[in-house]
Amino acid sequence: MSDLLTLSGVHAGYGPVTVLHDVDLTVPDRSITAVVGANGAGKTTLLRTIMGQVRPTAGSIRIGGIDLTTVKVEDMVRNGLALVPEGRGVITELTVDENLRLGGLWRRDTAEASRTLSEVYELFEPLQNRRKSAGHQLSGGERQMLAIGRALMAKPKLLLLDEPSLGLAPRITAQILQLLGRLRDERGLTVLLIEQNVRSALGIADHGVVLNLGRVVAARPAAELAADTDLRHTYLGF
Amino acid sequence: MELERFIFLTVDGLARGAVYAAFALSLVLIWRAARIVNFSQGAIAMAATYIAFVVTSMTGNYWLGLVAALLGGAAIGLIVERGVMRFVSPVNPLNSVIAALGVLLVIQAVVGMLFGNGYYPMAVPFSQEPLPWLAGLSISAYDLFVFVCVAFVVLGLAVLFGKTNVGLRMRAAAFSPELARLLGVRSTRMITLGWMLASAISGLAALLVIPTELGLNPHATDLVFVYAFTIAVVGGLDSAPGAVIGGLVVGVLLSWVSGYLGATLSPVAVLVLLLAVLLIKPGGIFSVTKERTA
Repeated sequence: MSDLLTLSGVHAGYGPVTVLHDVDLTVPDRSITAVVGANGAGKTTLLRTIMGQVRPTAGSIRIGGIDLTTVKVEDMVRNGLALVPEGRGVITELTVDENLRLGGLWRRDTAEASRTLSEVYELFEPLQNRRKSAGHQLSGGERQMLAIGRALMAKPKLLLLDEPSLGLAPRITAQILQLLGRLRDERGLTVLLIEQNVRSALGIADHGVVLNLGRVVAARPAAELAADTDLRHTYLGF
Repeated sequence: MELERFIFLTVDGLARGAVYAAFALSLVLIWRAARIVNFSQGAIAMAATYIAFVVTSMTGNYWLGLVAALLGGAAIGLIVERGVMRFVSPVNPLNSVIAALGVLLVIQAVVGMLFGNGYYPMAVPFSQEPLPWLAGLSISAYDLFVFVCVAFVVLGLAVLFGKTNVGLRMRAAAFSPELARLLGVRSTRMITLGWMLASAISGLAALLVIPTELGLNPHATDLVFVYAFTIAVVGGLDSAPGAVIGGLVVGVLLSWVSGYLGATLSPVAVLVLLLAVLLIKPGGIFSVTKERTA
């Protein structure tokens, strides 16, 4: 299996504060990789660095043979990356339909984009009845669906999710994680997921990466990580 | 007689109010796009009107002048945003206010150096005499022209923002610039576009209103700007319908005040209204409370 995304020797942070130290990470094609770790481990910074919102001070980030470290944030989606931001990043002033359309707007082919729109509505049926509702009228679960649906509108090669389970009922979290598994199996989507909800994340993921204080301390098959009691006690606190 | 005067004042107020509404819309557009109250909007509009004046004088064609006001306004908006406002730190909202006031002074000074401070009378394409078949309303062909222009602007903006992809991008960039960028929207370009659109509209508004007043002068839009600013605040800076309705209401109100109480009182009346709104409903009459979460 080839690697879709490769980070090597990435250092990044905010001003004088370095958050990520020498991070090496590979995301194999058509798989789910979960990055887990405690609060403050640098998980969100890792995603922000991949998406170009934080620039690495050293190292390289490559997708397919393209170096992402100089690509503008607004061009990431054109290179096959789509992010589902933390806290259900829905534009609350826009309707469900507008949020979704926005996700596919960068694509030139409008017929293709409207086909994707109906696919997304099929995938997330609850959103169908709420097309004209403004984002702020949705429940937490609906917002998370909308944020994921909007990311899928871009037909990404790599879907990045920042804490998709945050603030959601366990049943909804389970549904969303299952959906990611289905998208991987049926459409060959590659997913990079960061989660505090370690058990569920490793349950669905193929590969697990443990981040601690900005360093990668373990990168192994997810099942192996979940079974490693020592590692869990040391870094994940359960 | 009394009724006739009342109708005259009301219709006259609506005609002026329509122009103020267009002007207020331009302020709303920039506020929504960039979270800046553009105190240089009056000067930009005035400069665009000078461009129209020059073009019309050279060609003898009013309509070429009108097109020039739109294009010239857009060009000035582009220069002001890309040249100055983009570089103003957003940390303190006062920074952009001061920068915009600086732009206002520079534009007024440059226009003053080029054209002097005299008043140039401006021609209009339609008669300002009351139409005989609408004698009871004392409405002129020019008033109708103004209404049509403003209606065109309002409808055009409604279609642009409600129906088109560019409008969707502009709204996304205005509401949530970082998120919009992650979705592939070139947010900074959308902000520039907002400035260009707003400046073109304010240029049109100034072109419509200046001929009905003393004439073209570097300070011709000062008072109009104060009115438009009041309307934008009264309607809620975020609300386009608020700007339109507010514009018409304030136009009529001013007309009544100056007709019944004396013309010198109308600027005072505007300030009283502004104060009242700021004290009672600071967000503006048409503001809606929105849920705001991270």
